[in-house]
Amino acid sequence: MFDPIDIAITLGKILLVFMVIMTMAAYLVLAERKLLGYIQDRIGPNRVGPFGIWQPLADAIKLFTKEDFKPAGADKWLFYLAPAMAAIPAIMIFAVIPFGAPLTLFGRQVTMQVSDLNVGLLLFVAFSSIAVYGVALGGWASNSKYALLGSIRGLAQLISYEISMGLSLVPVVMLARSFQLSEIVGAQEGCWFIVYQPLAFIIFMISILAECKRVPFDIPEAEGEIVAGYHTEYSGMRFSLFFVGEYINIVVLGGLAATFFLGGWHGPFLPPVLWFFIKVLAVAFLFIWIRGTLPRMRYDQLMMFCWKVLTPLALLNILATAWFILLKG
Amino acid sequence: MSVINDTKAIVIGMWTTWKHIFRRPVTLQYPEEKRIPYPRYRARIVLTRDPDGGERCVACYLCSAACPVDCISMQSAATEEGRRYALWFRINFSRCIFCGLCAEACPTMAIQMTPDFEICNRDIMNLVYEKEDLLIDGCGKSPEYNFYHHAGIGVTQRRGAGLEEKPPVDVRSLMP
Repeated sequence: MFDPIDIAITLGKILLVFMVIMTMAAYLVLAERKLLGYIQDRIGPNRVGPFGIWQPLADAIKLFTKEDFKPAGADKWLFYLAPAMAAIPAIMIFAVIPFGAPLTLFGRQVTMQVSDLNVGLLLFVAFSSIAVYGVALGGWASNSKYALLGSIRGLAQLISYEISMGLSLVPVVMLARSFQLSEIVGAQEGCWFIVYQPLAFIIFMISILAECKRVPFDIPEAEGEIVAGYHTEYSGMRFSLFFVGEYINIVVLGGLAATFFLGGWHGPFLPPVLWFFIKVLAVAFLFIWIRGTLPRMRYDQLMMFCWKVLTPLALLNILATAWFILLKG
Repeated sequence: MSVINDTKAIVIGMWTTWKHIFRRPVTLQYPEEKRIPYPRYRARIVLTRDPDGGERCVACYLCSAACPVDCISMQSAATEEGRRYALWFRINFSRCIFCGLCAEACPTMAIQMTPDFEICNRDIMNLVYEKEDLLIDGCGKSPEYNFYHHAGIGVTQRRGAGLEEKPPVDVRSLMP
């Protein structure tokens, strides 16, 4: 029933994926600082090692040695729980993302995916909903008005954009005829879904930008308005869990964008894992580039854009796709 | 169509930032590369000497009076021949705001600003500069000026010996 080699392989994959994601998230911070520097005609961090290559390490040392501070009157357990609630679901989502073609090692089929759930897409939607709790509880437990304001904003934003994100994925499911991410990737072997569903792709990208709480949609942590939003009161490692969680989110959502619309690990010439990496990094680059360019939206603009533009468009897109599929038979 | 205009605006903005990625950064890597300030940059203050090597400062207290943060203090004294000098002269650079009013107030061009801006220190007491630390060997920005060739009549030179000064008139020989 339970093959010990299977379990060992799965544990190995979990470890690998965890390490790779954490490293990617750490270096994404560096990449973002570098790239923003170049966009602003600066150099960016370059003091720790050549080209600042050990900057994430220095940051980690700094964050680990900082005081673990809890504000007076804060709800202790929720305050301690919230950062984990924000970071862990983001990592967990990666369990269902196929990051490479299945390998055959010693006559054994090894899928490049921690767990090939048949409802992988639903799991992703569910986990991204759980991540909302990190924001909500963090802001609520801090006993600070700025944190609370940030978490209220974050709650409304994340829940709203989850709807447009979920709706933009429905055409993908209709085309692939499966919730299983490996089958969605398999369905894109000939042609990426971005070709069939450019509108859904744009809606998905905008929605995951809002899900990551990144720049044009960063009102939950709008510095200059509400200090740092829901993580105002956090310091040290707890803050960095929120912070790293955000970058893990970028990696994971980049991976999902690649899986749903950019053909997953399919691609010519290069090995599949590399193709997947390139696509994830391309999405991450786009996010950083957008952050270097666009100003923050106003709160009412954000809500209006979601409910009056993205959601109706996504619904129309579903109808059009359904009609097309029905005609095709 | 606002959608088209907005999309255009976003694309133009993205294109602008894209171009800036490849532009040369304007950053100066400070401890390795140093910016050379202009000659009239106002940084560390020095006390200069006149061309003959004597101290220019006559301890008139005008600089310490002009100083808005009161960082200059001194004690005046006079030599036997009557020439004034500063017994001690002290500038507290931890208070100095480098406004240059002292240099402007100085009648003998003794106190001058230099472009040397690197006077950071770990110990704040090291920022209190005494006269020995302030005095330099050169003449600073006014190489020819010597106060006592223009003034100080009867102290360091006899009457009528200064530059741009006519000898005193002998009233007995001044006949029509």
